[in-house]
Amino acid sequence: MSYFRKKIYATAGFNTVSLGTGRKEFHPKKPRPGIEHYIKEAGLGSINQIRNPENIDEGVIGNFMAARFCNQGNLGGFFPMVHPTFQYKPCIRVEGACDSGGLALATAIKTILADIADVVMCIGVEVQNSVKAIYGADYLAGAGWFSGERKDGHAYFFPDQFSQRAGACYEKFGKEKVRAGMAHWYVNAIENARKNPDAQENHNKNSDLLATGMTPPNPKAFCEHINVFDCSKVSDGGSALIFASEEGLKKIGVEQKNAIEVVAYAQVQDNLTTPPPDLTKLSTCAVAAKRAYDRADIKPSDLSVLDVHDCFTIAGLLAVEAAGVAGYGEGADFITDGNTKSDGIIPTNTTGGLVGYGHPTGASGVRQAVDVLKQLLGKTGDCQVKISPDKPFGMMSSMGGNDKTVVAMVFRKE
Amino acid sequence: MNLDERLQNVTVIGAAGKMGSGIAVLVAQEMSKLKFKPENNDKIYRLNLVDITEKALDGLRSYMKVQLIKAAEKSTVILRQIYSDRKDLIENGEIINAFVDDTYALLNFTTDYNIAKDSHLVFEAIFENEEIKIKVLKQLKEICLPDALFLTNTSSIPISYLDEQAGLGGRIVGYHFYNPPVIQKLVEIIYADNTTDELKEIGLEFGKRLRKKLVPAADISGFIGNGHFSRDGLYAMNKVEELKDEYGYHGALYIMNKVSQDFLVRPMGIFQLIDYVGLDVFQSLLRVMRTHLKLEHLNSDLLNKFMDKKISGGQNPNGSQKNGFIKYDKNRPAGVYNIEEGKYRMFDEDWRAEIDKKLNPTNEKFAPWRALLMDAKKMEKLETHFNNLKGMNTYGSTLALDFLKTTKEIGENLIKNGVANSEKEVNEVLMNGFFWLYGPINNFI
Repeated sequence: MSYFRKKIYATAGFNTVSLGTGRKEFHPKKPRPGIEHYIKEAGLGSINQIRNPENIDEGVIGNFMAARFCNQGNLGGFFPMVHPTFQYKPCIRVEGACDSGGLALATAIKTILADIADVVMCIGVEVQNSVKAIYGADYLAGAGWFSGERKDGHAYFFPDQFSQRAGACYEKFGKEKVRAGMAHWYVNAIENARKNPDAQENHNKNSDLLATGMTPPNPKAFCEHINVFDCSKVSDGGSALIFASEEGLKKIGVEQKNAIEVVAYAQVQDNLTTPPPDLTKLSTCAVAAKRAYDRADIKPSDLSVLDVHDCFTIAGLLAVEAAGVAGYGEGADFITDGNTKSDGIIPTNTTGGLVGYGHPTGASGVRQAVDVLKQLLGKTGDCQVKISPDKPFGMMSSMGGNDKTVVAMVFRKE
Repeated sequence: MNLDERLQNVTVIGAAGKMGSGIAVLVAQEMSKLKFKPENNDKIYRLNLVDITEKALDGLRSYMKVQLIKAAEKSTVILRQIYSDRKDLIENGEIINAFVDDTYALLNFTTDYNIAKDSHLVFEAIFENEEIKIKVLKQLKEICLPDALFLTNTSSIPISYLDEQAGLGGRIVGYHFYNPPVIQKLVEIIYADNTTDELKEIGLEFGKRLRKKLVPAADISGFIGNGHFSRDGLYAMNKVEELKDEYGYHGALYIMNKVSQDFLVRPMGIFQLIDYVGLDVFQSLLRVMRTHLKLEHLNSDLLNKFMDKKISGGQNPNGSQKNGFIKYDKNRPAGVYNIEEGKYRMFDEDWRAEIDKKLNPTNEKFAPWRALLMDAKKMEKLETHFNNLKGMNTYGSTLALDFLKTTKEIGENLIKNGVANSEKEVNEVLMNGFFWLYGPINNFI
């Protein structure tokens, strides 16, 4: 018995380059494309993979903080700019911090399930290099509880939130082990990014990644328990894909073999005004993963590919535990032993993840879905992993705030 | 009077200049750190920034704002703690602005030297001209408190001479920052014969607070940094005179600049560096050293000819590089001057390819300075590089090895002549003040 009342497909995924430090073409003082560029580039990248774009019924745009990073609101207004046939079609912008992209996916699917539309284009976007990181940290802190947490918070608010989680894990599971797991997460992220031409770390030539990953933190200038390499990047980028019903796929001229099925998802919201119950766990992510598995009627071991929200290496480590592929407290060793590598037990963040590909915040959830889609279709180029017929599933889990807003989504190769 | 007390009222003379403005930023930060301590709440702090024109002060105002913002952006983690009880300041941006405003409020901008009358510390950073420096120091002696201490940023004039001429009775120390002072880690500290113990201590402690690398140099004109740079530059200029018959002035300048940058793996070629410093500054440096050391050979006809033509390098007010030995396009070398022809010969003309081929016939690619800068194995790689040069036996490698040898001898002579105590100090100055990857006294040659 399937979870949805009708079949939902995903197709035509596209990611732009994640632009920011690390990319050769990035120069902080030179003019760069604006947010409308990424919306259009991502949208067109998706449209170019279908035959009849005029039959797209609606748009959803996921974005976190364009109002501050780009002084831009009313993002739905950029949807008709993507393609002339989009004029006067509905478009809605959704926001859930770094899970804005995840919420865009859920919103698109709900629209189709409600029989309001057969085909919905989902675009995630963020442009963050418009300000220096120290001011970007202010904007991103909006993912936390401003009036309750910000004043006492750190200059780098979110890095510090996850630094505290790292500290709690060091204490509970042993610093050496956890630190090594985080560094190995970094190594895997960069190695995967080197195979992904769109990744921000694609040009990384560092010959000793592990040593870099192990760089001691500098609490005077940054955080107590994590270094800058433990962080995802400050990125500009956009991603897009199309959700369609069976009927919708036909309307846009996409054969089923070029689409994958969305089997189930779970969207979970935690209270922004309460602190995390346990710093050594991503409790909300765990609830979302469990519900998604239950609704899809699968187990973690049925996955051939996983994409988690590694805004920080420690988040990646805790996310594989929350996704149930590693046991509680075992994430670090699981990663250090190579189980999340492309040839490991569960290839995770195969295109670089947020640490390697980049983290254009509002785009990340969509980007994750695009990459799982491409993996299941066997179209991930040098990053392609083996999708075995007995494990035709892939899952993405996207998180907003400090484990507050989560969407976990399970896909199946047809 | 301890350093904390002295830092309540400070004056920088020549504050709008390249060096003075950087020193002003560093002093302002130290003063604001003190001001923010709860026990200093009711104290008044003042930093007087003096220069000769209002226009220069306008430029300084903007520079101070920009630099204070940069400093605040780098130390926001700590600033959030300092401003923790200001409930109205929540975001980083608000805290950064508050810090900049609060620190800016300590500053007096003026053309009137009399403002220094209440200062306990005075930094002198005017143009490197000894008559003017002495005149200003004499004037300040009359204006300032009788116990005021003077830190002079001279890069070449003996401190004892300044002390004696201005009658400061040992209340002066050489405090030679490198350009730009906000970034460069090096400060050469030079004691006059009579520099007081109190001032020696103040100089050392202030350097420590600024987290600068303080290297002591003897009170001998040019000290370590310019003692080396002047002779290194002169060697290259003399070599140009030697090579000009075969390659023309432009070709010879090009060769020595390229050899020093590419073959010796320096951040910039020797003539680009002299352009950066300013031909006028370099000429004045030679003049001061020539006079005090009584060494007539510290002079260059070539340099004098450029100065006669009013080609003096240095920077435009917007920071861009002015033409000197080299012509610049968007701050990048684009041509070299031929003094006989009275014009720049551009790199895109065909003369260059021939010289490049002669210098390096196998067209070997050397790792550039920038690539090795952060490389943990840079010393091994440099050793391999210089060993390769020894084996190449080409025109370029021969010139490079001669230059390397001369550079080493200049360093060794600084020790022999008592300017530096040891190899370590010579190497530290060149590596920290000139961003060399290796010291001039090395085992590569």
